Amino acid sequence: MKSILKPLLMIVAMALGMTAAATLPARALVELNVNKGNVEPLPIAITDFQGGDALGAEISGIVSADLKRSGLFAPIDKSAFIEKISNPDATPRFEDWKVINAQALVTGSVSKEADGRVRAQYRLWDTFAGQQMSGEQFFANDANTRRVAHIIADAIYERLTGEKGYFDTRVVFIDESGAKNARKKRLAIMDQDGANIRYLSDGRSIVLTPRFSPNRQEITYMSYESGQPKVYLLQIETGQRELVGDFPGMTFAPRFSPDGQKVIMSLLREDGNSNIFAMDLRSRSTTRLTNSTAIDTSPSYSPDGSKVVFTSDRGGRAQIYVMGADGSGQTRISFGDGVYSTPVWSPRGDLIAFTKQTAGEFQIGVMRVDGSGERILSTGFQQEGPTWAPNGRVLMFFRDSAGGPKLVSVDLTGRNEQSIPTANFASDPAWSPLLE
Amino acid sequence: MGRIAALTRNPAMIALVALLAIAGCASKKNLNSAADLGLSGAGAATPGSAQDFTVNIGDRIFFDTDSSSIRADAQTTLSRQAQWLNQYRQYAIVIEGHADERGTREYNLALGARRAAATRDFLVARGVSAQRLKTISYGKERPVAVCDDISCWSQNRRAVTTISGAGS
Repeated sequence: MKSILKPLLMIVAMALGMTAAATLPARALVELNVNKGNVEPLPIAITDFQGGDALGAEISGIVSADLKRSGLFAPIDKSAFIEKISNPDATPRFEDWKVINAQALVTGSVSKEADGRVRAQYRLWDTFAGQQMSGEQFFANDANTRRVAHIIADAIYERLTGEKGYFDTRVVFIDESGAKNARKKRLAIMDQDGANIRYLSDGRSIVLTPRFSPNRQEITYMSYESGQPKVYLLQIETGQRELVGDFPGMTFAPRFSPDGQKVIMSLLREDGNSNIFAMDLRSRSTTRLTNSTAIDTSPSYSPDGSKVVFTSDRGGRAQIYVMGADGSGQTRISFGDGVYSTPVWSPRGDLIAFTKQTAGEFQIGVMRVDGSGERILSTGFQQEGPTWAPNGRVLMFFRDSAGGPKLVSVDLTGRNEQSIPTANFASDPAWSPLLE
Repeated sequence: MGRIAALTRNPAMIALVALLAIAGCASKKNLNSAADLGLSGAGAATPGSAQDFTVNIGDRIFFDTDSSSIRADAQTTLSRQAQWLNQYRQYAIVIEGHADERGTREYNLALGARRAAATRDFLVARGVSAQRLKTISYGKERPVAVCDDISCWSQNRRAVTTISGAGS
């Protein structure tokens, strides 16, 4: 099973030796406490990587853009830099960086190896402590320079926040073009920053709600290609597709289980209601999880696979429920003033993101898994469908305005909202996991 | 100590929430009525033709928000449909269920399916053979009215009875 992601595994990380004063206790170094309520973005100087001509500046530009969009870092304009870095391995003149208030400094280099690979290395410096915090080098094949930059950004993010980054990730979504009443919809995949878009369907059939498998190599989605809307699996690299299950009616709202062995989805009943089923992808056996004369849909597993959160209107209007992965103990958890749908369990397991409709507006919010602690992160005229970054710190969703939907991300504080650049209209984003 | 010194400035990192640009109702007319279709009312269509069904009987019914109950006005339309379909038995029938955009995608797929099923059940109760009837939900994927206001949404919350097969 070859994957478009496979060649990227050639990336090798190697720690670079410390050049400054040897190990001080880590807590003495600059760090961002992302659990504080109001995080001031950390001023950071990211110098152009040396060598490789335009490539060095490109890499530092990608690292800088990633960190800036996280809302946790404030990259300093290069024109303010005093020291010109000529040797990225040499100890910088910390005074020159402190005076422009750079708390952290990134230097690096990039070069082509004889075997054609790209070698990129970075060093992260704490300017006020006057020492190196981390340094690594990576090898990648030539096509993967953007990915190297994202991996370096993740390393810096992790070193400074103590949390995993999410920049070396992708998003599957629906690319939308054409008039609203004749919209052409295509499956598409891109890097989380909007680069490297690739189309996975031709737009002849309506396609909806793509979601990644845990190993990032497959997606499950819904398509009208057979006439009846059905859930499919798609191998991203080979383009191989298959129908999930052989059910008489519409199947929709698919998601993978955390172990990748099952797809959970809604199946339309003959009476017009919808219930939730899980299908084992190896044995092809299906398990019914709900059996109500209601709409039960949008199931999403907890990261340990033991529970499922879903939407149901069994109580009148749509609300969020949690049940065991075997369908046991179905319990309503949303009780706010409004209609709740599209619940998605956080990859950290601690929160459930949702869409809430109230007072003619659509809100994106989170609540704890018992329904308490509801917080609204974004409010708009028409927006829906949150998906989690793999570190559980950022949500992406889509917002309809000015004629069509576009992708938007917001962090858990609700204060850092960013639009995701796409050429056309875009909807139904699903964030990939990180590769371990 | 290298811990972050207090910042003197707050870099304006927080993105402003984009102002909602709510497009007004498009000037484009919705091809919903016989007049819009260039049909001049009763008499233009051959009895028993698909055009007869669409123009003289009415191929669609509308629903209240988040509801799949067949309203009184819809019952009148469906009763006419049932009578016509029982008279012209050569047609196969697909009932499309649709939702407006004021709901989330997956829920609206289910809601469209429920509306199609309610419409099907009404026709079956009026004697139309269940074997002739299929349903499909388009959720909010196929709006006929493309604007952002209540009048448009109400036109999109619909079930459309489409006929095909033998016959003119």
